[in-house]
Amino acid sequence: MEHTMSDDKGLKVSGAPNLAELHASPCYQLPAEDRRALAAVIECIEGIPCNPCETACPQHAIIVGDEITNLPIVDLDKCNGCGICVAACPGLAIYLKKHTFKEGLAYIAFPYEYVPLPVEGQTIKMVDRLGQVVCDGTVLRVVKIKKNDRTAVVHATYPNGYYEQVVNMQRLATD
Amino acid sequence: MEEREVVVIGAGPAGLSAALEAARSGAHVLLVDENSKPGGQLFKQIHKFFGSRDHRAGVRGIDIGTQLLEEADALRIEVWLDAEVCGIFNQRDVWIVRNKEKSVNVRAQRIIIATGAVENSVNFPGWSLPGVMGAGAAQTMINLHRVLPGYKVLMVGSGNVGVIVSYQLLQAGADVKAIVEAAPRLGGYGVHTAKVRRAGVPFHTSHTVLEARGTDHVESATIVQIDDKWQPIPGTEKVLDVDTICIAAGLTPLVELAFAAGCEPLYSPLLGGMVPWHDASMCTSIPSIYIAGDISGVEEASTAMEEGRMAGLSAAHSLGYVAEHDYEVGFKAAEQRMLALRSGLFGQKRRDAKAAIMAQTRG
Repeated sequence: MEHTMSDDKGLKVSGAPNLAELHASPCYQLPAEDRRALAAVIECIEGIPCNPCETACPQHAIIVGDEITNLPIVDLDKCNGCGICVAACPGLAIYLKKHTFKEGLAYIAFPYEYVPLPVEGQTIKMVDRLGQVVCDGTVLRVVKIKKNDRTAVVHATYPNGYYEQVVNMQRLATD
Repeated sequence: MEEREVVVIGAGPAGLSAALEAARSGAHVLLVDENSKPGGQLFKQIHKFFGSRDHRAGVRGIDIGTQLLEEADALRIEVWLDAEVCGIFNQRDVWIVRNKEKSVNVRAQRIIIATGAVENSVNFPGWSLPGVMGAGAAQTMINLHRVLPGYKVLMVGSGNVGVIVSYQLLQAGADVKAIVEAAPRLGGYGVHTAKVRRAGVPFHTSHTVLEARGTDHVESATIVQIDDKWQPIPGTEKVLDVDTICIAAGLTPLVELAFAAGCEPLYSPLLGGMVPWHDASMCTSIPSIYIAGDISGVEEASTAMEEGRMAGLSAAHSLGYVAEHDYEVGFKAAEQRMLALRSGLFGQKRRDAKAAIMAQTRG
């Protein structure tokens, strides 16, 4: 699908942050293309009173601090991409990313709270922040551990030409 | 006449927290609620709450409700359900109708009113058609009664209620066709708007609903752009194919009981309109009556729980149950937790509005 910028007016008009807003926020750090491990990417740029990402992280790699309205900052040196924060975030604003999982393929692990859930091996439509389909992806696995409290985390690959654009998948049709 | 030390009216997040705190302090508490189940709105909040660990953040509202009820059970708090409070007399006599058949008067040394708030409506041609409902009503239908109110929804209002209910309607299997917001900027937390936007739901700022059409239920909705004087701009109408229109246009505190009892009112537009004056301890102009939660100004479940704890602790303290030092420490901790929730971009205005209420002197 053709990617249009016309509706990309930013968080408080379009509902989703645009890249300019994200790049201006210290919270948003896209892992470098040569990074080997998965890393948490946080899109929480408003300073809302919330810190479960910080308390959930076993590596103490996410810092909010005493003022819980501070922006969460990931220490990429400490983050090992375990993904606990992805389901812990009440705002569903965290995903894991890696630029090169295999030749030409990026890796993403994102929160997903709809039924039906996708299954391993399934081809899914990857979407950008505005909900537009940008490419196909392939599901590697779907994590549904008890600790995640009914938030599934979907691991998938997609063409890494769309590395930064893709944030989630299109909802699957219900029967 | 029956007698109780503390009567708490309303078993939602504020009332439950107030009852727990007062009972933990040693007071004998009666908790009454007009519904057949306690918990207020908590049991339809299927999303994970914001805040910090002290505010039970990361836990779904429905599970917080269960936790609070278990705590109330462990403390053997007396709970009357299907119990409507019809009035408060002589500043301490609570008139309760139980199970719609038995009238009971309970003399309370302290009363904590936690009646919550009611959804605002928006009037437009067709607004009385079946299919037009409060966003909270739709949320009750999908999350408590497991009934989908419709398949194609227009949400009116982009505050947190509007966007959270939109997300939950998607989860329930409905299609949210659009969210309209009269203001030029969206109201809710960006993480909530981003969640529904990436699910494909378009937002229309500076738009409102003009009319609903249909014979015996909603069959379409017309939305229109509005100018900076909030007037519809002719020629910008769009017809949306929807069968449900949800109104998320804010809430108004349920203050009738408090005002009929004689609590002094004041006006706080930011917090939902008329609210009873109260001090930092949540005490109203009547020393035996406290308030907590949305009745004292519309905020969120997490702030309601903190206010409940403050009111419960203060009421117990005023009855001599809490040592002065313990009260100071406990109250300060609650204040700090509250401050954390009322900080930042979104909290500052509410914090200022609360401070304005408390700055007003009585009489």
